[in-house]
Amino acid sequence: MNPSARSWGVFSALALAAFALAASSQPQSPAPAPPSAAMIAEGRYLVEMGDCAGCHTRSQAPALSGGYPLNTPFGVIYSANITPDKDTGIGSWSEADFYRAMHSGRDDQKHNLYPAFPYTYFTRASRADVDAIRAYLMSRTPVRYTPPANRLPFPLTIRPLVGVWDWLYLKQGEFQPRSSQSAAWNRGAYIVNGLGHCAACHTPKTLLQGDKTNDALQGGTLDNWFAPDLNGDPRGGLATWTAADIAEFLKAGRNAHSSASGSMARVVAFSTSKMSDQDLAAVATYLKALPATRSARARPIDAAVINQGQAIYVDNCSGCHKMDGTGIPRFFPPLGGNTNVQAANPTTLTHIVLTGTIMPTTATRPTQLAMPAFAWKLNDNEIAAVASYIRNSWGNAAPAVSASQVGDLRGKVAAHPVRKPPSRV
Amino acid sequence: MVQSLPKVDAVVIGFGWTGAILAQELTDAGLNVLALERGIWRDTATDFSTTFAQDELRYRYRMELFQRPAHDTCTVRNDASQTALPMRRLGSFLPGSGVGGAGVHWNGQTWRDLPSDLTAKSHNIARYGKAALPPDMTIQDFGVTYAELEPCYDKFEYLCGISGQAGNINGAIQPGGDPFEGPRTRGYPNPPLDMPWAPTLFGQAATSLGYHPFPQPAANASRPYTNPLGVQMGPCTYCGFCEKFGCGNYSKASAQTTILPVLLAKPNFTLKTSCEVLRINLAADGKTATGVTYIDAAGSEFFQAADMVILCAYILHNVRLLLVSGIGKPYDPASGEGMIGKNYAYQIDSSVDVFYEDKILNPFVGAGALGLMISDFNGDNFDHSGLGFIGGGYIGVLQTGARPIETHPTPDGTPKWGGAWKKALAKSYLRCATVATQGAVMSYRGNYLDLDPTYRDAYGQPLLRMTFDFKDNEHKMSNYITARATEIAKAMGGREISVKPRTGSWSVVPYQSTHNTGGAIMGTNPNESALNKYQQSWDVANLFVMGATAFPQQSGYNPTGTLAALAYFSAQAITGQYLKATGKPLVQA
Repeated sequence: MNPSARSWGVFSALALAAFALAASSQPQSPAPAPPSAAMIAEGRYLVEMGDCAGCHTRSQAPALSGGYPLNTPFGVIYSANITPDKDTGIGSWSEADFYRAMHSGRDDQKHNLYPAFPYTYFTRASRADVDAIRAYLMSRTPVRYTPPANRLPFPLTIRPLVGVWDWLYLKQGEFQPRSSQSAAWNRGAYIVNGLGHCAACHTPKTLLQGDKTNDALQGGTLDNWFAPDLNGDPRGGLATWTAADIAEFLKAGRNAHSSASGSMARVVAFSTSKMSDQDLAAVATYLKALPATRSARARPIDAAVINQGQAIYVDNCSGCHKMDGTGIPRFFPPLGGNTNVQAANPTTLTHIVLTGTIMPTTATRPTQLAMPAFAWKLNDNEIAAVASYIRNSWGNAAPAVSASQVGDLRGKVAAHPVRKPPSRV
Repeated sequence: MVQSLPKVDAVVIGFGWTGAILAQELTDAGLNVLALERGIWRDTATDFSTTFAQDELRYRYRMELFQRPAHDTCTVRNDASQTALPMRRLGSFLPGSGVGGAGVHWNGQTWRDLPSDLTAKSHNIARYGKAALPPDMTIQDFGVTYAELEPCYDKFEYLCGISGQAGNINGAIQPGGDPFEGPRTRGYPNPPLDMPWAPTLFGQAATSLGYHPFPQPAANASRPYTNPLGVQMGPCTYCGFCEKFGCGNYSKASAQTTILPVLLAKPNFTLKTSCEVLRINLAADGKTATGVTYIDAAGSEFFQAADMVILCAYILHNVRLLLVSGIGKPYDPASGEGMIGKNYAYQIDSSVDVFYEDKILNPFVGAGALGLMISDFNGDNFDHSGLGFIGGGYIGVLQTGARPIETHPTPDGTPKWGGAWKKALAKSYLRCATVATQGAVMSYRGNYLDLDPTYRDAYGQPLLRMTFDFKDNEHKMSNYITARATEIAKAMGGREISVKPRTGSWSVVPYQSTHNTGGAIMGTNPNESALNKYQQSWDVANLFVMGATAFPQQSGYNPTGTLAALAYFSAQAITGQYLKATGKPLVQA
């Protein structure tokens, strides 16, 4: 069998599989010098920094082989296979092809990629880093797998339309350091706005799902979570966190103020916990230098709601979070002064009360400390009351949560089931 | 058809405390380890959530975390003249099932045996003469000394974040601790739990009588704790649901809260649940284990080849597996020969209730190991000359939670039902303190384990048969320490007391404690033990047997501290010595 087998019109799956095996064992045509081990190692580090596996690995499948469904407001987009399989992956992509994808959002045929792939941020990555990423991806075992077709309504199926979106939202160009800032700030800015693609979740979006760049990193909603404000807001932002607190959070998935939940738990487990202490310190330096945004929009809450919320809190929450809301730092997050608790948008707090949450496992903090689900135990009114109480106690101030807000979210999130007693053994 | 699976370096049978300890240590040494657990997976977040874990009906009375007798139980009798009958409902003891084993639903009372407990035979003969031991008493030395075990006790205590007050650091007696304990190299990792009123009243009374009260060493964390593996434990909330329950606050040490977050992440470790080992397979020579045969939840049978087999199930199941696998020689009480099943022992408890007129003690505040104790009458801490028995026990007030269905103290003379009972209970519930004793049980020729000739389990294998009763030595000892407990109870200043001595034969019905020991005991030579001091089988050199199975007799202390220390001692010998010459005995017979 040889590569021309394709033209013989053999279409059975068996033959295709055999062909793939044969093809992958063919000697490569005049190849450039193989990348150094150091370059591949650097590429691996950058792939973790970019959390590529987070989107490019579907459940129970080989890493980076794609097919993970991304639920966008427009429909479902399946991530690409980025293993070096020549037919179904990126095995035939040149360095220039790969750089074009990262930098301009176009594939090897110069077709538009959908911006679920965050090239609007990856465009800031340096050529050297992009080449290292490719070197690492190419060093891995090819996986033959074609992801399912995207489920998008017409006319979004017309890829060239993405060009219009790019014209609005893509500002191509590698990161340019600012000489007025420290090396740490510049490295932090490079990571946060580039491969780290923090803004993908933490910046609010326009109707077309482009970044509201004037509100950069001031918090965004996705997948029934609210990714908090990373600016210096004293309530919902990071004003009360030191740079060391931020670095610890990203390394361990928890710190004295909070713990990672929702998508951020996965980001910490698979990406930030694997970053170097130096890079985490740089990220923290950059975030701490962001301006303080306008704060606090709280209005007085009905005393009856506070009384009801307090009674629920004492019965259900105080065992771990303490009567005075001080919690057990790094174990059970303090609620007084907590940024998720006081976020203008209460989605994360309400989500956690409904479904519970579990901390990521990290090398430095392996324990997946969890909060139980209350969806089965407390009704919408009760959750609204206790959330409003928590948001307005121990110095906290934030708008009340309504029962209808809780009810809306309850309908959207899958509450953890309570395990039934086993029937045997 | 039995499907054969690729060989692993070590297969661990049963995944409770000792299984997790051995798997953690052996994977650290680079071995590829597979653990087979017959029960289900359980973790804190899913199964012991604080939103429903405090359910006495579900866990205590419907026994959710325990072994199911319909699947596997043992038959019991008091002596060999009787016909043993199956225990169809768990009573006297409550073996666990599932990941974490009984270590999920224990109280967390974590002791070190006294140095003399580990040399019970030679110590007592040296001090009281051979005649002090009745002719049918078959106690012996462990073959390992307290000094050898000290670093292993220490390792377990720091793994679990034990809350306590040291009594003896390198020979220097510490105020507030147990002055009788063996010397330890450092204090406990956490301070004692906060003491409620009832134990405090006991402490005052015991001190007034010249005794030495100290806080019970507790695997209930008194403060947030991060153990040497980096695993985090939350502080105990004194909710009172430890014994028979899983802990929802990450406060009670268990495999789940101390080891599994690290172990489960290792690429060289695999855990299979709902997989029950039916037998350990032997090579034709009968001296080498080739692996194990197990059955999964779907009823399929597998042969799992392994270079080493580590038997870590509950003691009763360990002994049964050895017997059904034809390992070693079954014990014969008539001749005294054979080692498998020999020296089964237990413990003997009693109590004295103190009823107050005016003191509201809030007994629902509790933790599994929350109390003050004295060791003045434990082991050989007191002179037994002329007493007619050896051994002893602890005396103390433990406030484990007074859960409402289980706890109904009433003074003597109260009717057992009706309005008068209700009235007395309503008055007594908040005003009663219980002084408890827990005493040693020595081993005897007639107390043993073997295979039942009649009854079989769900897979058609013979059940284990338990032949056990309390002997004169134990009754005399228990009466003696119950009398001391009564004196202290009287000094506690209540309105009246109610003494509940342990009399007559052992019964399988009322719950006492899950402190079963022996059946494959350790020792210095194969003529008097099944295992060497490293818990390696004398008969099959690549088989190690963990747990209280190895105790030659039972001291007055709870067994978990010692069995965990022995597990570390064994793991140390396997990784340090055995792996350099696999398949060889670590001690020459």
